[in-house]
Amino acid sequence: MRSENERVAPDGELRTMTLEAYADTIIPGEKRSADDRAIAGVATGGGAVQAGALELLQWDATGIHNGLDDLARLLNEHTEVYAGERGLTLDPQVPPFVALEYPDRVALIQRLTTPGHPEKEFWVMLALFCNMSFDSAAHLHTAEALAAGHPGLTVMGIPKPGPDGLWRFEDFGYGRVFARLHPDTTSTGSPA
Amino acid sequence: MSSTVERTEVLVIGSGFGGAIAAYHLAAGGAEVTVLERGPWLESTDFEHDYKLGASYTRAFDFTVGDGMSILGGNCVGGGSVVYFAAMPRAPRFVFERHGSIGRRMWPGAVSRDTLDPWYDRVEESLSIKKQDWNDVSYAGGLWAAACNHSGRTANPLAVAIDNSKCVNCNWMMAGCRFEAKQSLLVNYLPAALAHGAEIRPLHEVQHISRTSDGDYRVHYNLVHEEDYRLQAGSGVIEAKIVVIAAGAGATPVILQRSEAHLGRMPRAVGRYFSGNGERLNTAIIDEEKAASLFGLDRGDGVAYAANHIGKGPTVASWDKLDGSLPEYSRYSLEQLYFPPGLGTILAQAPDAAGPAWFGPDKKEILRNWTSWLTIFSMIEDDNEGVFGPPPATGNSHRISQQMLGRGNLRYEPTKNTLGAWAASDAEVKEILEKDGLAKVMPWTNDLVGAYTVHPLASCRMGDDPHTSALDDRNELRDHPGIFVTDGSAVPGALTVNPAMTIAALAERAVPGIVQAAQRKGISVTYGAPAPDGSRSGRKRVLPLLPSLARS
Repeated sequence: MRSENERVAPDGELRTMTLEAYADTIIPGEKRSADDRAIAGVATGGGAVQAGALELLQWDATGIHNGLDDLARLLNEHTEVYAGERGLTLDPQVPPFVALEYPDRVALIQRLTTPGHPEKEFWVMLALFCNMSFDSAAHLHTAEALAAGHPGLTVMGIPKPGPDGLWRFEDFGYGRVFARLHPDTTSTGSPA
Repeated sequence: MSSTVERTEVLVIGSGFGGAIAAYHLAAGGAEVTVLERGPWLESTDFEHDYKLGASYTRAFDFTVGDGMSILGGNCVGGGSVVYFAAMPRAPRFVFERHGSIGRRMWPGAVSRDTLDPWYDRVEESLSIKKQDWNDVSYAGGLWAAACNHSGRTANPLAVAIDNSKCVNCNWMMAGCRFEAKQSLLVNYLPAALAHGAEIRPLHEVQHISRTSDGDYRVHYNLVHEEDYRLQAGSGVIEAKIVVIAAGAGATPVILQRSEAHLGRMPRAVGRYFSGNGERLNTAIIDEEKAASLFGLDRGDGVAYAANHIGKGPTVASWDKLDGSLPEYSRYSLEQLYFPPGLGTILAQAPDAAGPAWFGPDKKEILRNWTSWLTIFSMIEDDNEGVFGPPPATGNSHRISQQMLGRGNLRYEPTKNTLGAWAASDAEVKEILEKDGLAKVMPWTNDLVGAYTVHPLASCRMGDDPHTSALDDRNELRDHPGIFVTDGSAVPGALTVNPAMTIAALAERAVPGIVQAAQRKGISVTYGAPAPDGSRSGRKRVLPLLPSLARS
């Protein structure tokens, strides 16, 4: 069994698991293997973890990289308080947050990100970068991410760029008159 | 740095609309002009289509999280014009009569739609702003117009500063226009200013201003690292007879707050009365089959819409509520917009979510339909609630990421007026888009980073009343002669439309007064330059107005 300190203030693999579990709560994905504990497995396809959330979080460009140890520790400490309130027994083999079922992970993140929580801005920032790993792959060149089948950009339906890495859309509009103009429109197209 | 203090005649802080317009006219009129810009100098070929941190998309932006309000602004040579969507409507007439939170008209008596129209004309000529027709409208704009029409409303293609012959509808214009279709200041005022001898220095972030013994000003700046803006690479000082501050409404008041210890007391309104232009976003998830059956939409391949990513930002707005006979706080425009991934997707909420709306499985489901998103931008009349706290150590925020993300000291607690106007506009967007099952709509959450504005205004505003305005009616900082403010912070309040046109027109209008102040300081400068491309009709219309702007 892992020690209390190892699980709550994790480094290495356990820290990664804790942060992965947070990222997977923000944008959930499917388990990478049957024994995947970090990913709750409540959605199909890749989620923030598969999109590269940890890679983005650990990049020094984000400014959050130095705080990840503290965030993982705090998240686990908050989990223990949360579990105590609800009488939950946490699996001692994994960090406390990882031991939570998905609905409890959600409930805890909602608590931490609610206006008025003293640490709110840190948990929002952590969620922001988890989200960005999925919706914009901010750790990767976009064209390369799309070519590699990045789960977020791909599921969002963002098309691939042209050969020069730029997007161009020859067809862009319906070319139809859709509505009456406002009667008080000026000759230059502004409100009167 | 050298111990010799540099000198220039006119020092301009910021190179967005307020800075570039002043710099051009003053340089063209013969003044020695130096422009300090905190961001990098990016050119067309630097504008990448790439969401990776460190690409032009993040280098050109500044996202400052405040308490109750976050600001997205430009951070590069050209300022907001490089990252804006080039929608250029004039503010409706009633806006200039607003009372806002002070119970009486908040604009200077000298400024109305009628008196500003000739200056709008100048900007229209200088930026090649063109009225658009339905053939110029994107799929998203067409869909919004169809929905407005379906619910008995009007809709208008927006006047824009875009050369449609060059536009490829890539929807990357927030990262800077690679194709020089967008008429940013990089293709008009700034090259014209350079041609007249102005000097532009990127990555120079002004910290504060002090005074010299002979009544001139000393501008203190830090050099910012070109990739990692968290790093400082030295500092310096430039002396100038005239200072024009146009650092943006999120930064101008911070520079002045920090200058108070050196210049003496600032007007009370510096750092107060901030407005987010009443901005609010709603995301609609369009039912593609309904879009086809209700409006007969077809992109030619059997797809009705699914075109969130195609276009050129906002192309159509509904102005039915821009009615001066309605009470204040009930007037707003509803504009179709594009918001690219990364900058706000996290704030979009899943309609009918069983669990959390901004994250989790329901949020992921709506991301699967991202191409069927339609974003509607509301611009209501807010209450100028924003107040800046003490300035951070440097710049206008504590920078968190190497670029873009920082924590600022703006506090914004929306009043009942603002909350009521947002609720009314949300309800109308929902009514329009959910009619007959076209879409499901939810507003962006304000719980994460507060409200979100891309058009910060009014934090150092002009007016007639010294208690509620920091600038006089010619943009000069009260009690600090020779310091002018010409950016969005000078605009007194929310405009109910995109503000770039009004910011630019007010900057044009401020120039004759700055020229006169410069002349009185012994600078050899005259007013009367044509548009940056040499066009002269705009100038012709404003020349008769100059006596009304002169000081006795």
